[in-house]
Amino acid sequence: MIGRKALAVYRKELRQIARDRRTLLILVFVPAFFLLLYGYALNWDIRHIALAVEDRDGTGDSRALVAAFVNSGYFDRVADVQSPADIDRLLNLNTARAALVIPENFGRDLVNGLRPQVQVIINGDNANTATTVMGYAASIVQSAGAALFEGQLREPPVSIEPRIWYNPELRSTLFLVPGLIAYILMITAVISTAISIVREKESGTIEQVRMAPIDTFSFMVGKSIPYFLISLTSAALIVFAAMLLFGLPMRGNWISLLVAVSLFIAGALGQGLLISTAAETQQVAFQAAMLSSFLPTLMLSGFIFPISSMPTALQLVTYVVPARYFLVALRGIVLKGVPIAVLAPQLAALTVYALAMLALASVRLARERG
Amino acid sequence: MRRLRRLVWKEFLELRQDPRLFVLVIIAPIIQLTMLGYAATTDVRDVPVVVADGDRSPASRELIARFDASRNFTVVDTVTSLNDVDAYLQRGTAWVALAIPTGYGAAIHSETPVSLQVVADGTDSNSTTVALGYATSLVNDYAQELVSRRAAATGVRVPGIDLRLRIWFNPQLESRYFMIPGVLALLLLLVTANLAAMGIVREKELGTLEQLNVTPLRRWELIVGKLLPYGVIALIDVLLVTAVAVFWFEVPLRGSFWLLFALSLVYVLCTLGLGLFISTISDTQQQAMMTATFFFLTPMIYLSGFIFPIENMPRVIQYATYLIPLRYFLVIVRGIFLKGLGLAWLWPQAAAMTAWGVIVLGLAVARSRKRTG
Repeated sequence: MIGRKALAVYRKELRQIARDRRTLLILVFVPAFFLLLYGYALNWDIRHIALAVEDRDGTGDSRALVAAFVNSGYFDRVADVQSPADIDRLLNLNTARAALVIPENFGRDLVNGLRPQVQVIINGDNANTATTVMGYAASIVQSAGAALFEGQLREPPVSIEPRIWYNPELRSTLFLVPGLIAYILMITAVISTAISIVREKESGTIEQVRMAPIDTFSFMVGKSIPYFLISLTSAALIVFAAMLLFGLPMRGNWISLLVAVSLFIAGALGQGLLISTAAETQQVAFQAAMLSSFLPTLMLSGFIFPISSMPTALQLVTYVVPARYFLVALRGIVLKGVPIAVLAPQLAALTVYALAMLALASVRLARERG
Repeated sequence: MRRLRRLVWKEFLELRQDPRLFVLVIIAPIIQLTMLGYAATTDVRDVPVVVADGDRSPASRELIARFDASRNFTVVDTVTSLNDVDAYLQRGTAWVALAIPTGYGAAIHSETPVSLQVVADGTDSNSTTVALGYATSLVNDYAQELVSRRAAATGVRVPGIDLRLRIWFNPQLESRYFMIPGVLALLLLLVTANLAAMGIVREKELGTLEQLNVTPLRRWELIVGKLLPYGVIALIDVLLVTAVAVFWFEVPLRGSFWLLFALSLVYVLCTLGLGLFISTISDTQQQAMMTATFFFLTPMIYLSGFIFPIENMPRVIQYATYLIPLRYFLVIVRGIFLKGLGLAWLWPQAAAMTAWGVIVLGLAVARSRKRTG
């Protein structure tokens, strides 16, 4: 019996979605388009750092040092300057991100073993980029010093031999794409359902639904299944697009991926329905949906900013952000190929999230329908 | 003028009637700023390290202690062989594994070069790059120290080049100083463009826009009256957010506050114009929200340089970013906050932003005229 009633609500909702072509299109295709755009555009891989050079020495040795910077592939020499005032101007205008200052007598001091001092000035406004630039500059200067002294420098007593697992080329795309999947799913699922009931409230059709002999459970199931299917389709599209275009590997198990994605979507839909029962206008519903899904998923899930670098109080807050668990599971399955047993805590957390959201939403809905 | 005042008053009354909306507009930015201020850090600290110590000598313990003492690393566990680190990396309980080979202590003692293996989880490529950089410089510093210790003992000078790094504008490399001024720009866009678009479309949906159209209000009065309340809210948000940034997060405001305020006004003109434009191409609030979020706000946020540097993007997309007003405003707020720049430096951005605002407002007004005729 419940099944038939739910089916009726499902058909009604589907028809309503189909009528609003633009919204449907947004829900299904825009996510894949986003992935395309952001997958190409967003990365941390820092290359082509604009470098201004002030060479006060002008000898073969100083030119060799400048060449070492340019040939590293990380720096582009954008300007040769004569004075500190020029460096000031170029850094203010963002024309240069870093400046290399080679002192007079650099070549002579180097040959005499006097350890000349070169200066690298870095625009620190973006701390992340600056840290990376610092690292590049330090290793270039060190190896250039060694090269200019061939034979005289011995191998260092201790050195490091790095090996990188899971993402050996350190492509930031591989890290960001799973995050984008979570982010896009969260927004489409929460926002689309958050509005669906409020819209009926605003247009008054909720009264008709209330009169109809449908129990709360069937109403909720019927209302959310269309959005569940749409979100799942859109998730599949995103994942395949990411594999085709960005070489996202699939090292784990497809079934565990499906389980993780379904749990996450179910929770997001529940959250949307909950907002929908609490808000009176679409404006409020939308703002609430943005505030509870958009920002936490962007900021507190580990999508972009590492959770372990946050203050402890905020780290505690991240435990209630579902995307946090979803991301660990997603990256674990796709990039590391970890077995599902390792991800049990994350999947359990996602299950709790989905059940809690759906239960809260149905309680509120039942109360509202009197 | 009196008609205009009435309309503005009506808008404020409507805003007040929906207390939840009012709360969202004033409280939400504060919450968001606090959250963003603390969360939006790309600093990598306390990287969890698992050590596979195959040597277990005083020398290996000295090296481990150096890692643990650094604020960049936390040693979470010590195991005996590299085979045991798998589980740590899979679960993510350690990001980096440091392997000290058997015979390490003897090699250091006999001055034979020795190399350490560092295995890193490359999933988070950004943090890994930074963590590897930390590990390399920690070990390099240690090696340097060993060399100078020996040189001092034998009296030989060590050749090479000394590097002096100087970081301008943000010497402590606090990523917060970069992110928080950006949040100001982000919040203004989120609050004003959305609310303005939905406020107008709602009247369209309810049919009250028709009623306003038949009143003796002139078109410009109608538009100004509808947008002004949101403009006022935006300026209150500017004050609130700047106050929290300066007094709570202690972001230095090195430039002129009044310049910041004046250029924020120009920026709000752009975002309100955008809201108005979105309202003319949408029939329902749902469409307005979706259009605003997906086609305007999200691309603007990601492609503006707020988080991801524009100079890392492919060339074509870099050109596309010139169409985003947030891009210009970000340069302005960061320039005023961190570099203390004045209009002499920032006029190109200010001019581009003004042009953008005028064009979008013009387009929106032209479209709304055609529709309601």
